[in-house]
Amino acid sequence: MSNSKTLFDKIWDAHVVKQKEGYPDVLFIDRHFIHEVTSPQAFDGLRKRNIPVFNPKRTTATADHNVPTKDQHLPIREALSRHQVETLRKNCAEFGVELYDLGHPFQGIVHIIGPELGLTLPGMTIVCGDSHTSTHGAFGNIAFGIGTSEVEQVLATQCVLQHKPKTMRIEVNGKLEKGVVAKDIILYIISKISASGATGYFVEYAGSAIESLSMEARMTICNMSIEMGARGGLIAPDETTFNYIRGRKFAPQGEAFEKLVETWKQLKTDEGAVYDNVLIYNAADIAPMITYGTNPGMGIRITDRIPTAEELKEINEKASFTKSLEYMGLEPGSSLLGKPIDYVFIGSCTNARIEDLRLVASVVKGKKKSPDVEVWVVPGSKQVEEQARKEGLDKIFEEAGFELRSPGCSACLGMNEDKIPAGKYCISTSNRNFEGRQGPKSRTFLASPLSAAAAAITGRVTDVREFN
Amino acid sequence: MSKEKFITLKTTAVPLPVENIDTDQIIPARFLKATTREGFGENLFRDWRYDSESNPNPEFVLNNTAYKGKILVAGKNFGCGSSREHAAWALYDYGFRVVISSFFADIFKNNALNNALLPLQVSDTFLSKVFKTIEENSSAEIEVNLESQSVTLPDGASEKFEINPYKKACLMNGYDDIDYLLSLRDEIKEFDLTHA
Repeated sequence: MSNSKTLFDKIWDAHVVKQKEGYPDVLFIDRHFIHEVTSPQAFDGLRKRNIPVFNPKRTTATADHNVPTKDQHLPIREALSRHQVETLRKNCAEFGVELYDLGHPFQGIVHIIGPELGLTLPGMTIVCGDSHTSTHGAFGNIAFGIGTSEVEQVLATQCVLQHKPKTMRIEVNGKLEKGVVAKDIILYIISKISASGATGYFVEYAGSAIESLSMEARMTICNMSIEMGARGGLIAPDETTFNYIRGRKFAPQGEAFEKLVETWKQLKTDEGAVYDNVLIYNAADIAPMITYGTNPGMGIRITDRIPTAEELKEINEKASFTKSLEYMGLEPGSSLLGKPIDYVFIGSCTNARIEDLRLVASVVKGKKKSPDVEVWVVPGSKQVEEQARKEGLDKIFEEAGFELRSPGCSACLGMNEDKIPAGKYCISTSNRNFEGRQGPKSRTFLASPLSAAAAAITGRVTDVREFN
Repeated sequence: MSKEKFITLKTTAVPLPVENIDTDQIIPARFLKATTREGFGENLFRDWRYDSESNPNPEFVLNNTAYKGKILVAGKNFGCGSSREHAAWALYDYGFRVVISSFFADIFKNNALNNALLPLQVSDTFLSKVFKTIEENSSAEIEVNLESQSVTLPDGASEKFEINPYKKACLMNGYDDIDYLLSLRDEIKEFDLTHA
């Protein structure tokens, strides 16, 4: 047997505290992020057992899921949300965990603040009680979402019990067409392998199209790994990665940093290492993508027609397919181009970083939104919001008639008051188009920031390549 | 901390032949605001179970008095999407102890196992047979035996299922993962100090 290892295996093996026949691996966790929704019951567990947080320095908290995106300086109006955020404050104070609370300059969506603060580094193991923890994998680390019982495990012992998943390599080679961005790459991959196509696997993304992406674009790719069932996705770190991290607030600085870079350069898959599955795609086949159904695997190139039930490969998928199109109010075999929409949501841990806002601004500069749509731009963090203002993006949005709000998860999951009304269509830069995800009976089209921006102006599903 | 022990179960089942049931359907995000683990059963499948005025939807299976029991039978890729453990809590709180499907999403599977809810994976063929059995007779009882890792229908048709031996022992004895991890505290401390 060869000693060649995949990047995933190298990082995993370096974090196994104990391996025992018939038991899951005891995996040490370098960085733990928590938020208000999936942590309260875990802290209660510690209280019941009368134990402290194992190493509070390895956990960072923020409030993001249920927070309002307007008037964040005022107390939260909704009682249950307020109670949940207050509970987080109380728990962090009692157990000595650093909290970036509402109003703090570092507050924001948990998967956006980790990387921008330099808390997310190559080679680490990272967990959070949130499935989009896979975002951090863009830096060449093992990052995955966990349930609340596992949050309690990490708080109590800095470890989780996990079975080592299988590995999958997804290569995207070649050059992307103009108007095609990271979100289109990942929506394309998911449309090819379905919402469950990578369940049981950890994905390594590679190939020239991936290597040419910025860190923020790589985060968009890794973010949606979970939408094809993968526990996480990672990309080998390179100069792009090191340049992004250099000088960030909590990253090691100066000589110590440069020494680390030398070790991070070893973080790549060895030649000859074997993956359990390998998929290869050509960037030239990817067009701006849009979803038409109620799971992220139901996506098409924006110029394609929605399939018909007869075109589906598996017979037993037909009932779910028909149910899904009925929910969406769409005809099988029809085209989405020109379809009127009611809302545009630009935000979420998938697409609410500064580069995403710049993409949107590049499309809408000097234009006005359609009078028929409402447009919400929700930055991923306070720092993103500040940067957008510094660059004058807020003015561009204001002139276009967009509403620039304060950071949070917002209409991605509609836990706060940012909900899409029943029956309305929203073109959204978020990650899930599940039934009711953005509000009861809401209808979601997932797309890139460019496509969402174009739709905001025309009021219709629009091919951004034809838009000027 | 000890949880309810699971060894065998013989009960009627509730069929939900829909694929890719995500955790947003099992428990919508707006009901995740509690800070305890109890009470989520009330909002299990909320938007399928009730209309916007909170009237029960007569077409949804949980509102059909013909179907009862501690086993939920669902289409493949059950529990995909969000990592919210509230989905497992809601199913358990409602009274389910087993979910039978031909495929489970990873995070949901772990969450279920951590909450004395058995995610029981069967073949596509056996799943179709389970649905057919319940369709023909809603009072048909299904037997689940964790010790022998088998699931049996009233006509004697049976299938073995896989479960990790550690998780099996946890379920059968009511143990949880933290008990095991806490026993390794010193080793973990050492690792934390020496690990780069």
